[in-house]
Amino acid sequence: MATPRSVGLAYLAQLRDSAVLKAVLAEIEALAADLAGVATFMEFCGGHTHAVGRYGIRRALPAKVRLLSGPGCPVCVTAQGDIDAAIALARRPGLTLATFGDMMRVPGSEGSLLDARSQGADVRVVYSPLDALTLAASMPDRELVFLGVGFETTAPGVAATILRAHSSGLTNFSVLSLHKLTPPAMRAILSAGEVKLDGVIGPGHVSSVIGSEAWAFLPEQYGIGCAVAGFEPVDILSAVRELVAMASGGKPRVANCYARSVRGAGNPTASAVMETVFGPVDTIWRGLGTVAASGLAVRPAYAAFDACRRHGIAAADVAEPKGCRCGEVLRGVVSPEACPLFGRDCTPEAPVGPCMVSSEGTCAAYYEEESLIG
Amino acid sequence: MCLAVPALITSVRGQAAIVELGGVEREVSLLLTPEARVGDYAIVHAGFAISLLDEAEALETLALFRQLLDEVDGGDS
Repeated sequence: MATPRSVGLAYLAQLRDSAVLKAVLAEIEALAADLAGVATFMEFCGGHTHAVGRYGIRRALPAKVRLLSGPGCPVCVTAQGDIDAAIALARRPGLTLATFGDMMRVPGSEGSLLDARSQGADVRVVYSPLDALTLAASMPDRELVFLGVGFETTAPGVAATILRAHSSGLTNFSVLSLHKLTPPAMRAILSAGEVKLDGVIGPGHVSSVIGSEAWAFLPEQYGIGCAVAGFEPVDILSAVRELVAMASGGKPRVANCYARSVRGAGNPTASAVMETVFGPVDTIWRGLGTVAASGLAVRPAYAAFDACRRHGIAAADVAEPKGCRCGEVLRGVVSPEACPLFGRDCTPEAPVGPCMVSSEGTCAAYYEEESLIG
Repeated sequence: MCLAVPALITSVRGQAAIVELGGVEREVSLLLTPEARVGDYAIVHAGFAISLLDEAEALETLALFRQLLDEVDGGDS
């Protein structure tokens, strides 16, 4: 018998075994025969959207199973006004802005952070928020602002960084928190009723933090199933199989198809750190508008590390770029091909909207999928 | 953006660990997973170990797929 820790990552190779993929696909096919009509499932997470495109999963599924991409790309759902505010902040003298690489090319109303940097603003790309803290310590005569973007996967690490800044007595570090919570966005989409969903593929890494039980409202309040998935093709297919089984006569429930990383209650330490530092606020999502209690703001106890308070930032409500249909793409109302800019005026090399910027954006994923097929 | 990858923890020092990530050693914070030990596989995101892989669950997933394969093979022959 295998003892714990003896398997290592060898299982990854087994998860990628094409015979296994074919077997799961065959089972989906068999289960789908019992579906009354077309079943539509939303993959909430941009990481799933990327994998679905990259591995050609959408096309491999039976015609009665349709996957729809959701708003699970943090860069994409960041409101235009917030991006403009971050760029304006980066241009202030004496201030250094650090952020994740994904944010650099997102177009604001007048250029991106990358453009601001080429015009003299001090903008740094960091791998971890802790790197931004190190940077702050190395330049005590400058203000260092970390632009925090991300869901529950990312927010605990940023919260832990603020706690460390607090304990180390740093006085030139703050965070512009644009963090967002995923369950309120899922509720907003379902409550709007623009798209009819038969199930949701739950985000694997968000759920590693908040737990698979956080999605219990989907079966309980909306009567649809949720299958939390990892990011290997077979993880996603397993989740689809669960959802097809639920939609074809089974009872909707939360299935955890990523149990190697996701526990029912998630990671309580990470959740506690996040809740210590951040509190929920109403926030604007690109495409969804204002969603109640879906943003994370730095709590008053850590006000010294809140860039909004420290630097007096107020984001304006700014219109999206003309012709860009990112908003509707993010709600699952239209697919990227329906946008007149897609693939012509808007490409990964020259993106107009944020869904084409991030590799996890729905438009970028569809563009890559098309280019792979040729 | 929620991209996170599994990595083997090779050493632990205080609240940080050294992990092996694609053949490269990297330091990750254990502030969110203080229970991590050498030999664990951590899911690493933006410099933090956000969860630890449960090997028993990983094995069970594999066993399920193997069972599925056996059923398909059995049906074909």
